Amino acid sequence: MTTTTREPTGADTAAVRRAISASPRPPRPGPLSAALTFGWRGMLKVKHVPEQLLDVTVTPVMFLLMFTYLFGGAIAGSTSAYLDYTLPGLLVMSVLFTTVYSGISLNTDLTKGVVDRFRSLPIWRPAPLVGALLGDSVRYVVAGTVIVVVGVALGFRPEGGVLGAVAALALVVVFSFGLSWVFSVLGLLMRSPNAVMNAGFMAIFPLTFLSNVFVDPATLPGPLQAFVDVNPISVLATASRSLMAGSPDGTAIVVSLAVAAGLAAVFVPVTTRLYRSR
Amino acid sequence: MTMQTTLAIEASGLGKSFGETRAVAGVDLAVPAGTVYGVLGPNGAGKTTTIRMLATLIPPDQGSARVLGHDIVSDADAVRGLVSLTGQLASVDEELTGRENLVLIGRLLGYSRAAARARADELLEAFDIAEAAGRLVKHFSGGMRRRLDIAASIVVTPQLVFLDEPTTGLDPRSRNQVWEIVRALVAEGTTILLCTQYLEEADQLADGIAIIDRGRVIAEGTPGDLKASVGTGSLHVRLRDPGQRGAAAELLERMVGQVALAPEPSALSATGADAGQAAVAVAELTRAGIPLAHFTLTQPSLDEVFLSLTGHPTEETAAADDTLREQLS
Repeated sequence: MTTTTREPTGADTAAVRRAISASPRPPRPGPLSAALTFGWRGMLKVKHVPEQLLDVTVTPVMFLLMFTYLFGGAIAGSTSAYLDYTLPGLLVMSVLFTTVYSGISLNTDLTKGVVDRFRSLPIWRPAPLVGALLGDSVRYVVAGTVIVVVGVALGFRPEGGVLGAVAALALVVVFSFGLSWVFSVLGLLMRSPNAVMNAGFMAIFPLTFLSNVFVDPATLPGPLQAFVDVNPISVLATASRSLMAGSPDGTAIVVSLAVAAGLAAVFVPVTTRLYRSR
Repeated sequence: MTMQTTLAIEASGLGKSFGETRAVAGVDLAVPAGTVYGVLGPNGAGKTTTIRMLATLIPPDQGSARVLGHDIVSDADAVRGLVSLTGQLASVDEELTGRENLVLIGRLLGYSRAAARARADELLEAFDIAEAAGRLVKHFSGGMRRRLDIAASIVVTPQLVFLDEPTTGLDPRSRNQVWEIVRALVAEGTTILLCTQYLEEADQLADGIAIIDRGRVIAEGTPGDLKASVGTGSLHVRLRDPGQRGAAAELLERMVGQVALAPEPSALSATGADAGQAAVAVAELTRAGIPLAHFTLTQPSLDEVFLSLTGHPTEETAAADDTLREQLS
């Protein structure tokens, strides 16, 4: 019996020495370039584990089918009439739910040694956070697109056409980018990904249901109606509806964008500070 | 003779608390450029916290330090541009492939996409991970992961590399490979701050060593100095009759040095023995009517260095000794 065992050399010392000496330092990347690289990192993770897109695709479709066919007839008289009312709102809900996952994945990331390397690199400090959220925005677009496409398959025909639907999706994604900073703060404060998930959904669930996403607020008791009217999620749903209907509601759109900007203005600095001191 | 040595790291009175715990209680370090400097100590001695402060990951709450001439607090960004960190948990992204990890770091350091790929391939080849380059890092072996980790630290040649327990948990061959890489780095002029729990590792690689215990440097010198300070080794003896251990301990304490009782009831060891002393002590035991089943003379271990320097063993050994004493009494 002859056995030829190749002894793995591990690392070839001469080659290691060549590799060490052969690296002139390139100029530092700008903030945007660093952030986009982190966005690319997020995309790679989706590429390796595409199943992680299930939560952003299956759950919204489930809600869409459930609300349309279970409650649609009772609420709006017919399922098709209800679909027209609720689909722009379901778009809002499914994308907003996805923002919670940004906090969860940030929290998971922090337990890994690689964060230490990122923090020891000479790059723009918030780049890992901004990049991760840019990458997550792609998930928001996926979640939103799925809802609209399934809606169209079920008979949803928005007056605003493709342009209206795209505009509504864009508005919801921009709003979510602002909101995701809130969940990033949760992701940095909480001890475990599960805790982030619980706290996140505890907040987003009631806020979404106590809005005009599913029902016309005119049917609600006074105090509740008052709350629903000022809930930013109602405003966003109204704006989304108006864009899809082809008659944009300028006030609702501006208020939605202002709320997103306000959330970012408050929570970006908090996130950055927490990330630096973790 | 006055020779101007450039210091890569100068720390004075560096300290850090986490809540009530004083993790680092005033560490002074002077690490000459171009050398391997070992920071040796048991778990929880403050090694990792010290490295994290020097690598600008956490600010110190006491004292100051300059790394390659830059203050770690006021000039942290300049420090980051010159050093690399290989942390205790491997500082690589487990959910990406080996190649993607290196391309990611290359891009973050400013390489173009093509240049980052070329650099990644060059490093994968040199570190013998090219075959596994397309696999997710979570499926890597411990040794491969460590090599990738170090490769990620030299995508751009750093002037100083922090290595935090680079061989903990590796098998002997992987450990030797890591040691070879460290030697190659030093040969190219990189300074290395090496944290380790293994005296042997520090002995193999380091030009200078600081021993840390409970957040303080308790001894400093070359590996030779430190070993000399604890004698050339320790004498381990096993008795035929466990009942004579008390008498044997008394004799060895008198003739050799500090005695530690082993978990096995018939065994004990004495630190600080050179070969001559040991021979005499063994003969003396026999003459005193304490027959031996076995004896060996070994090089000092970190535990023994500790015992000799601090008068208390490392925490883990102390816990074992306590249990033993309870059983004996």
